[in-house]
Amino acid sequence: MASQTPLEDSLRSKITEALSPTFLEIHNDSHLHSHHKAMQGNTSAETHFRVVITSAAFEKKMQPARHRMVYALMKEEMAKEGGIHALQLRTRTPEEEVRQKEKEAAEKGVPIEGQEVENV
Amino acid sequence: MIARPLLSSAFRQAARPAAAPKFASRFSYPRISPIAARFLSAETKQAIDKAVASAPVVLFMKGTPETPQCGFSRASIQVLGLQGVDPAKFTAFNVLEDEALRQGIKEYSEWPTIPQLYVDKEFVGGCDIIVSMHQNGELAKLLEEKKVVVAAEE
Repeated sequence: MASQTPLEDSLRSKITEALSPTFLEIHNDSHLHSHHKAMQGNTSAETHFRVVITSAAFEKKMQPARHRMVYALMKEEMAKEGGIHALQLRTRTPEEEVRQKEKEAAEKGVPIEGQEVENV
Repeated sequence: MIARPLLSSAFRQAARPAAAPKFASRFSYPRISPIAARFLSAETKQAIDKAVASAPVVLFMKGTPETPQCGFSRASIQVLGLQGVDPAKFTAFNVLEDEALRQGIKEYSEWPTIPQLYVDKEFVGGCDIIVSMHQNGELAKLLEEKKVVVAAEE
């Protein structure tokens, strides 16, 4: 049976193969955009994706270069009629992911493991 | 939030620079064939060179700053407004008005999506990059270095 989510499958397999991500999350946001003018007459359920990737392959690369790496993998799917219309990307290295989590935890006031918190 | 209506009216002015009609007309020549259109012609490249250089801050977007036609373009405009980009140093190009520009800018920047931000003729990124640079302070730093923000009010 043909996959119900061929583009999502393709995203997952190509990113996994090329970037060996330590973290990969693919969200299909197409339903949020189906009323858009640009989507008129488009019956595809796979037009808008939001992808979070953590990969060591992004090290020492600026954000545009990282995004281009992913765009290059999906070139065909993005260029073809009825293919991927929008691809939101969050591209981090493993190190950046750790730092970001620490920062988020600090902002939320959630104690980081191993740290003592005083009761006020 | 008082600054917003002021800014958006200024953006409206900046959105239609004197050069815009001329630019559009350069793209209005008929396309010869779909295959030819896939390659960036010298003429198109030249026109985009000019567009990119038309202001220190240039955004290629869907719709206009006051009526963006896409959420990602809207978010990008909002960020530039929040950053206090000087409207006199900003120009937006509506890719929906011109199919040759819409396709051409993708090849020119080697970037498959709209919006696209250029600062000082250099490609900065698309919406995700603009928003994350806004959040982590890199965008403020860049815009300040390039002296394209409105001076802080005393």
